[in-house]
Amino acid sequence: MTHQATDQGSRTLSAHFARGFGLAYTALMRALEPPFAAIQKRVGIKGMAYVFVAPNMIIFSVFVALPMILNIWYALTGSNRLMIGERPFVGLDNFSALLDCKDYLDVNSCKQDRFWRAVHNSVLFVALQVTAMVALSLVTALILNGKLRARGFFRAVFFFPVLLSPVVVALIWKWILQRDGLLNALLLSSGGERVAFLHDASWSFFWTVFVSVWAHMGFYALILLAGLQAIPADLYEAAEMDGTPKWRVFWRITVPLLLPTLLVVVILSLIRAVQAFDEIYVLTGGGPGTATQFIVQYIYETAFANQVHLLGLAAAASLLVAVVLMVLTLLQLRISYHGKTS
Amino acid sequence: MFKQLKTITGGLMALCMPVAAMMAATNSVKAADPTEVRIMWYSDGNEGDVMRDLLDRFEKQNPDIKVMLDRVPYKTVVEQLPALLDSGQGPDLARVTDLGGLSRHYLDLRPHLKNAKYFDDNFASSLPWFRPATGNKDGIYGVMSQLALTLPLVNTTLFQQAGIPLPGPKATWDDWAKASKAVADKVKAPYPMAFDRSGHRISGMSISMGGKFIDGDKPALVDAGFKSAMKNLVDWHANGAMSKALWGSVGGTTYRGATEEFANAQVVFYMSGTWQFTQFAKTVAKNFEWQAVANPCGPAACTGMPGGAALVPIKATKNPQAVARVVEYFASEPVYEEYHARTLFLPAHAGLAKKGINYVTDDANVKKSLAIAVEQVAQTSPIAFKFQGYEHNRILFNAMISRVNQAISGEMSLDDAYTRMQADIVEGFAAKGIKLQ
Repeated sequence: MTHQATDQGSRTLSAHFARGFGLAYTALMRALEPPFAAIQKRVGIKGMAYVFVAPNMIIFSVFVALPMILNIWYALTGSNRLMIGERPFVGLDNFSALLDCKDYLDVNSCKQDRFWRAVHNSVLFVALQVTAMVALSLVTALILNGKLRARGFFRAVFFFPVLLSPVVVALIWKWILQRDGLLNALLLSSGGERVAFLHDASWSFFWTVFVSVWAHMGFYALILLAGLQAIPADLYEAAEMDGTPKWRVFWRITVPLLLPTLLVVVILSLIRAVQAFDEIYVLTGGGPGTATQFIVQYIYETAFANQVHLLGLAAAASLLVAVVLMVLTLLQLRISYHGKTS
Repeated sequence: MFKQLKTITGGLMALCMPVAAMMAATNSVKAADPTEVRIMWYSDGNEGDVMRDLLDRFEKQNPDIKVMLDRVPYKTVVEQLPALLDSGQGPDLARVTDLGGLSRHYLDLRPHLKNAKYFDDNFASSLPWFRPATGNKDGIYGVMSQLALTLPLVNTTLFQQAGIPLPGPKATWDDWAKASKAVADKVKAPYPMAFDRSGHRISGMSISMGGKFIDGDKPALVDAGFKSAMKNLVDWHANGAMSKALWGSVGGTTYRGATEEFANAQVVFYMSGTWQFTQFAKTVAKNFEWQAVANPCGPAACTGMPGGAALVPIKATKNPQAVARVVEYFASEPVYEEYHARTLFLPAHAGLAKKGINYVTDDANVKKSLAIAVEQVAQTSPIAFKFQGYEHNRILFNAMISRVNQAISGEMSLDDAYTRMQADIVEGFAAKGIKLQ
């Protein structure tokens, strides 16, 4: 009896709420009708599309387009001043300073040697990291797609690092790799010698690649897993009935059908690798020396961290990176389009 | 429907009325609100707490002024404050260490102070440090909130355990390097010597070796003295007197101290400065004995670098009178004395330096270190004072720290590093609109 009364009460309450909401909504619509009717009369029914898009376009202009234009302007001006009015126009001086090299393969022959060290480091990092990322993601996806005990658990385990903040990832690994860290403690306790994981240039570079792959692999593995699951199972069944060896199934069925997804993964991880900054900045700070300083860190330090803020130089460098990213993005779009049409 | 709409509108108006009444009331209260003064403040030790305590007293004495102490990390002062000031924003006052570099944003307090002569009489030696080149030649652009001196801090317990005596007051850099290495080898300490990764910290050694840094108003970084000091740093990293684990763990111009390592008794000889005393009084406590020692000698001097932090008024403030009252209160002798006594900082106030400060500490390590620090201030080279007051010294600090680090990590030779330092300095000056060549 009491339950019935409560149910009835709550039903009455929600009916009142729905009625109140309906009334308020109708009132709002009616209030908006006259101004919108006036606008429609002025701009026509086709023009109304622009009216509805306008708020979003305003936000986009203020927070995306305007900063992009400002960045181009900064790249064309000099001095350490922040206000645009106080910055003298220098034309392409910042670009020519960045590109002034006798030999692009010998960073010491470049006027902005730090920029070119960062470029060289980034190219090597991208090559190693993307290769490792794609290979390991593919292997992980293949394993997770197979018949595996506690498959759901393992899928979650591999995806978990993706959910962590890059700073947390870097701090965890710093704690493991530092001089008195976990890894050195294990080495020492097993009779080995201490290794300068973060203070030796080669080791440091290796760990930036490793940590970056560890942190993001789950994301790409998930994309590949979705791609694998989209391959029709009857193809595999047919191959099995024909007694096709497993490696042949992999190269003749899995790889060709997974290729569009694989290409998307390659392009996405390339873009991400070019933009690498946060984890590495916290993990190594770009050191030792400039061994792990990549292009985004160069831009950040040139613009903000050094006490003479060379904003023009940093803006010019960021535009050069933007060109590279734009090419990669166009490539991705082309691949996606090709994948859809074929 | 019209009736319903009327009801809803009426309801909304009824709801809005109390809000409007509250806003009106708030506005009427606002008219009597105290003037707000914001200070951007970073801390090395307990100075933020002490300052807040002193400001609470100020607010009681001056109910028409409310002081907001915005405590920020040091990185914010270095990286974000300049951008804020350039854009015409920022606080009314800030605690800064780049005294000359930001000077174009400072406000001359002289016209707003009740007793400007007090500042002339007591802060004469530090006032020129934050006068902008194009500013008022006798302007008062701030007051030091801490006079600091770079000097070595030594873990004396490790020396005792190793059975090696501390090198004497006139010991050279070589003597200290050898002794520290010997102690570390004997007691298995991982870091014989550590330097804060900062251009300021290695400048004292350079001056001791004969470095000049400036010639007239132009930079003259690379000379024989400077080269000797840089060679020391590279050699010490090569022979294990200094560990790459400290300087090698970051790149560019990023600051890296060794406070944690020192507090964990891993460092024998730590080249840092007087601002660490409060921190080590707390973190080391009675775990081991430590003390500041006299700056090691080179052929030209036995000097550290003066420096510190200053409380500077910002030109963009809307309340210059209130700002002047806050600064005048802070700089007044009893308040200034209490602040320094409780923070264990060296005062930049001539009267107090002469009279001496009765520091609030029972820590024997700190007491010993403060006595040494006071002695060392008197022995500081005039070149060091001049370089500290040089408006563009940060350009030189940045150039030396980033490039010598590349030489240490083996990316370039020391000679190439010197060439790059010169190029960085030319670039830094050009960004400020000054052509050097």
